[in-house]
Amino acid sequence: MTWETVIGLEVHVELATKSKIFCGCSTEFGGAPNTHCCPVCAGMPGTLPVLNKKVLEYALVAGIALGCKINRYNKFDRKNYFYPDLPKAYQISQLYLPFARDGRVEYVTRSGQKKVARIREIHMEEDAGKLIHSPYGDVSYPDFNRCGVPLIEIVSEPDFRDSEEVLGYLMWLKSTFEYLGISDVRMEEGSMRADINLSVRPGGSDRFGVRTEMKNINSFKAIERAIIDESKRQIELLEAGGRVIQETRKWDDNKGRSFSMRTKENAQDYRYFPEPNIPPILISEELLRTLAERQPELAHEKRERYIREYGLSDYDAGLLTEKKALAELFERTADLCSDPKETANWMLGDMMYLMNRDSVTAEELNIDPAQFADFVIAVRNGIINRTVAKSVFEKIFASHDFNVAKYIEENNLRQIDDAGRIRRIASEVIAENPKTVAQYKSGKTKVFAFFIGQTMRRLQGKANPSLVNEIVTELLNHAD
Amino acid sequence: MEDILNMTALELGSAIKRGEISSPEAVARVFDAIETKDKAINAYITLNRDQALERAAVVQQKIERDELTSPLAGVPVAIKDNICTKGIKTTCASKILGDFTPPYSATVTQKLETAGMVICGKLNMDEFAMGSTNETSYYGPVKNPFDTSRVSGGSSGGAAAAVAAREAVCALGSDTGGSIRQPASYCGVTGLKPTYGAVSRYGLIAYASSLDQIGPVARDVADCAAILGIICGHDPADSTSLDISHPDYTAVLDGGVRGMKIGLPRECFEAGLDSDVADRVRAAADTLRGAGAVVEEVSLPLLDYVVPTYCIIASAEASSNLSCFDGIKYGMRSRNYDGLTDLYNATRSEGFGDEVKKRILLGTFVLSSGYYDAYYRRALQVKALIKNHFDAIFEKYDLIVCPTSPTTAPRLGESLSDPLKMYLSDIFTASANIAGLPGLSVPCGFDRVGLPVGMQIIGQRLGEVKVLSAGYAYQQLTSYHKTAPGGDLR
Repeated sequence: MTWETVIGLEVHVELATKSKIFCGCSTEFGGAPNTHCCPVCAGMPGTLPVLNKKVLEYALVAGIALGCKINRYNKFDRKNYFYPDLPKAYQISQLYLPFARDGRVEYVTRSGQKKVARIREIHMEEDAGKLIHSPYGDVSYPDFNRCGVPLIEIVSEPDFRDSEEVLGYLMWLKSTFEYLGISDVRMEEGSMRADINLSVRPGGSDRFGVRTEMKNINSFKAIERAIIDESKRQIELLEAGGRVIQETRKWDDNKGRSFSMRTKENAQDYRYFPEPNIPPILISEELLRTLAERQPELAHEKRERYIREYGLSDYDAGLLTEKKALAELFERTADLCSDPKETANWMLGDMMYLMNRDSVTAEELNIDPAQFADFVIAVRNGIINRTVAKSVFEKIFASHDFNVAKYIEENNLRQIDDAGRIRRIASEVIAENPKTVAQYKSGKTKVFAFFIGQTMRRLQGKANPSLVNEIVTELLNHAD
Repeated sequence: MEDILNMTALELGSAIKRGEISSPEAVARVFDAIETKDKAINAYITLNRDQALERAAVVQQKIERDELTSPLAGVPVAIKDNICTKGIKTTCASKILGDFTPPYSATVTQKLETAGMVICGKLNMDEFAMGSTNETSYYGPVKNPFDTSRVSGGSSGGAAAAVAAREAVCALGSDTGGSIRQPASYCGVTGLKPTYGAVSRYGLIAYASSLDQIGPVARDVADCAAILGIICGHDPADSTSLDISHPDYTAVLDGGVRGMKIGLPRECFEAGLDSDVADRVRAAADTLRGAGAVVEEVSLPLLDYVVPTYCIIASAEASSNLSCFDGIKYGMRSRNYDGLTDLYNATRSEGFGDEVKKRILLGTFVLSSGYYDAYYRRALQVKALIKNHFDAIFEKYDLIVCPTSPTTAPRLGESLSDPLKMYLSDIFTASANIAGLPGLSVPCGFDRVGLPVGMQIIGQRLGEVKVLSAGYAYQQLTSYHKTAPGGDLR
């Protein structure tokens, strides 16, 4: 029997507002424990929450980008539970009236397939703190720095069938939020977290199987592993005649497997009720219109435009738009040098190689688009040849303050187009290597490269390569 | 000069301004009174003597330099112990917060201090404001100054008793279902619950957030108006505080009641009402009529639903609001526990009193899945209906007048054995909380054994001016509010 996996996602995204959702404390990641908190986010008795307007704005921007219907009348609710990292013993969230509903996301999987995921709802809520467990004994210390960091939770419909689709969707969310500038979307810092609801069913069935919810997954790699592992676990269970029970499971990435956290029977009753301290929030048509107009071109839109306008391949366009920083560098450089193809080639070739080699992320790139453009023009106009260009590009990559023209002049790197000079050097090389010439003459044409290399070297690599090629060929063919 | 303890806050304020007495002298006099009287009354939990005297000296200098213009500058004030005072213990009359000293002040506390009032101490109350007799306090009940075998009422029992016993000039209380007005009525003082949102709740340790409101307890209406003038106003730290401009409540007090239409709800005078209370309140209504008001019977058909609605909403919110007292961050932590869940259980079992536990359990029940719709959601619907009824009445009437409480102060120990009776004592007051309306209790006479009776004046949302004007007009014609315990008319 074939099985089909059905997956729905709950994705938590921390919004990158400067201050927290209900108080003025900093949202900065890190910081000594309990240094980014105040009586409000530390849950001191008598304090009251006041909604940060920026949080609402960022949340709405996300809702609009995900094609949701925005609820004009918004309310917050309390989710009650006891845990030491939750100082008020309730989380302010939205249960009854989430701010966004019924969205739709079109994304592309790694293998290039176009897919659609429906969004059930997005709601705003506050993050909890965390517990630091003592390595020396049975003690834990609460750190409230993260308490009140604004989150949105994006709940999808069960529209995914495998990990490739899930990752495609998550990458779409990640790049979209990055483009919108509303989140750092760093999984390793917890600013983007996904819970996976997964069930399996016989192929062709239109009924859902019993699902489990998987928590504690901290990387894309782990998500992929957790999905594969959980599908396998459920299928094996069913094939052995067992039943899947509805439960929450915790993924242990070190062990590569998940463990039951709690079953439906002992599920918590969160006793949701409307938050009395925050009056309903009315969202004006005007605000929504302004935010929609302000929405920047998103990754998938850029990708399509690059293909259409610059004639890039789907793959190349995908790579250049995955990160906002890359797309910005590309567009600014291509604009200045009017050569998008060449710009793309350098970025996808040498730049990606150097980023990889030096472990530089897109955000850390320090290339000045003006210098990059001068460089592309210099290469195109034959002012420097490609061999020299590679070393010059490394300089551009290394420093923002690098000046291409000055560097070429000062180091005398201009391409040598003087045919007489090239001919003189090539003749010397041929004259000094009669044995190799003989090899060439006897049909061992591979040694041709030796003459090119030697000639280039004596010209400090600056010679016009096609001229060298032409002259060396001619001289060898006419040598005795 | 008259004993300052018999002065109203405004009288004392102007005596200070005129230099007849200094603020430190007034403060010292209050502490003397506390020393002699509070053993019998138990109105205070924490005294702030040294800081208060220091503060009074600073305030006095400012007054002399004309830097403080409030009519209450230099006047001592006492604060209910659920309102945060930076650096002064704030216990909510609970064991669980027995050692809690807030690192910040409530907005109202700051406003009083900015106006130059001097905080003398923190007042006893029912534990977490849950109770109507002040007998649920971990620090013992507050006794009624008119008869110390009787309760002060609650939950702001300390505020009402201290003001009545002349061991406080004026006070701040809080009112969730009648907690300012009912003890004011029992103790023969004047108390105002303002419109929901008129006064910031920032720093008020919440009982039921959608109903709680801070208000003044004082000797008369003029003092209440002056204090309201200091504490009211929009607070960016409280999203439910109204962003409106408030009138000068003191300046508009003498508008009188001539031509005002006053509704007297007939349901309030039916079964369960003490006959003396009924007589005094009817007589008070006649006094208002005599002053030119038009008094007519009206109907409050939803009166029977007020207490159940209040109980469900208040206990639900309380169960959530009081969850933060978990032994982790502040307050008491049990010494005997095994693991996290037991830490919660042990701390909360030892730290909360019975009444609080009862309401937390009730609130947890009405919010639990499967019961939410039947209880909490329905209570919210009834709340909306009650609001609508009041709106309809206020289309035709300026004010509603009724008894503050169905009875005068019961004997100590009587009520806790019959909790339903205790809950019903909120029946006339809780509707103002449910509908978010201003309610004032003014003394309107004494029953057959000499216990004070209170008349409640309810106005429409933000109708404080009319409510206070009517109360002020009544007090111009009567002297019940001037009767000190023991029967001395000052």
